[in-house]
Amino acid sequence: METTCEKVRKMSEQKVSATGKTILLVDDDVDFLDITESRLKKDGFAVVRCEGQVAAEEYLNGDAHFDLAVVDLMMEFMDSGFVVSRKIKKAFPGTPVIMATGVERETGLGFSATTKEERSWIQADAMLEKPLRYDQLKKQIDMLLPAE
Amino acid sequence: MDELRVLVVDDELGIRMAIAKALRGAVVEVPEFNSSFALTVESAESAEDALDMIHQAAPDILLLDQKLPGMSGIELVEKMASESISVLTIMITAYASLETAVAATRSGAFDFLAKPFTPYELRACLFKAAKHIVLQRQAMKLVAERKRVRFEFLSVVAHELKSPTAAVEGYLMMMKDRVMGDQLDDYNDVVDRAIFRLSGMHKLIADLLDLTRIESGHKRREVTEVDLMRVAEMSAEAGRERGAPRGITVNVASDGPTTMVADAGEIELILNNFVSNAVKYNRDAGNVDVTIGRRDDGMMHITVKDTGIGMKPDDVKRLFGEFVRIKNEKTRRIEGSGLGLSIVKKLVDMYAGHVDVSSEWEVGSTFHVVLKDADPADPGEGDSQPSNTAKPAN
Repeated sequence: METTCEKVRKMSEQKVSATGKTILLVDDDVDFLDITESRLKKDGFAVVRCEGQVAAEEYLNGDAHFDLAVVDLMMEFMDSGFVVSRKIKKAFPGTPVIMATGVERETGLGFSATTKEERSWIQADAMLEKPLRYDQLKKQIDMLLPAE
Repeated sequence: MDELRVLVVDDELGIRMAIAKALRGAVVEVPEFNSSFALTVESAESAEDALDMIHQAAPDILLLDQKLPGMSGIELVEKMASESISVLTIMITAYASLETAVAATRSGAFDFLAKPFTPYELRACLFKAAKHIVLQRQAMKLVAERKRVRFEFLSVVAHELKSPTAAVEGYLMMMKDRVMGDQLDDYNDVVDRAIFRLSGMHKLIADLLDLTRIESGHKRREVTEVDLMRVAEMSAEAGRERGAPRGITVNVASDGPTTMVADAGEIELILNNFVSNAVKYNRDAGNVDVTIGRRDDGMMHITVKDTGIGMKPDDVKRLFGEFVRIKNEKTRRIEGSGLGLSIVKKLVDMYAGHVDVSSEWEVGSTFHVVLKDADPADPGEGDSQPSNTAKPAN
């Protein structure tokens, strides 16, 4: 049986990367990956998806090409997202990272990436509250990846 | 050891010294809470001085003479009340009369002590006051703890409902925006996935209701002779239906007598949870074996053994907590509310029983439940309604 994402992949092959940009999605929520992948592809992005920290690290250690990453904070571990975004920033210093988190409601801890100091230790260019709405995510991507 | 501060207010030096002497080294024991308190004594010769001291640091207990030069004892109590300062106050009165007692308590004092009093009377009065304070604090702590637990539970529930809602919303938005074109058939997987997440939500809500009913004690128990084999067969049938697409078989067998005194609904919840877990967390073409029987210890034993994915030792330890879900690459696509086993644990406790788990990663898990017969007259704990279940005549 074809999975949703396979179908989407096939469907959007003809128009893959109309923007010429690739988005890396890192999340352990399959629904989020399916939905976001199909929507991004429809909007002309190429998508690479990794189901969790381990998969993302494998991808980053190999031949990785992407223009922006969307990383969930809590995956296999509480701080998986921090680890992944730190690795991205080390290997691809100029590549923007959007961190998605429900951590503020879950733990009462507040994170944001609004000041330069916060961005230096959080290693993300923007934080978005989960559940992520696609239109919000798209707006953030457009801000961080202005059309050339 | 904690400390309770006593402030003595009396214009007579002799009384102040006598009280300090009588309370020197006194320790109040509150065995109910396994705690003890040392009394420390300070003193003031007027209500005005006392008020200054109270403003700086309020004592736990105020031993207050009613008749003082200047501001009287009762005026001091009223002044504190107007400033919303609450200190447990014992009024020292000149005569032991009903009138003075009434006047003292009416002004807000906790107790009164009539002059002349013996050191023994003084200590008895203070110990009573100290105990009251400890009980009050403990009650406040309990209220705060209950609030915290309820808040935590609610935020987890909210989160657990948020993620399927977000998924279903996302899928519907995909359809609304025709992300995959105009053909409805192209959205079959999207619709299936949304239904799957909604059914998970449905299960969570059902589990929440079960848990609330059990915890509130409002669930009326119907305690009768129950044949566990019949209940297990029903659970097994539901398990077979779920397991069939993956080639999983469910077997029920007995190794002793299988009837016990119980509420059939509760036994069904226990067995359903174990059998459905054994099917869910199994490998394809795996087996589930349910064995039931009363053993020589007089207890009913239920064993549910699967050939499934198994658990790592660290996961086994956390298993019975609320909203605990074991997260790994093998469980990622298995839906669950995370409440099933905490429901089971609460039910098993009602039968003075226990659950043991042995599990080996990638081999399988065995859950072993031991239950004691229920009291036939027990309508369920916490049930304030008069019981309809008649006690058997002796």
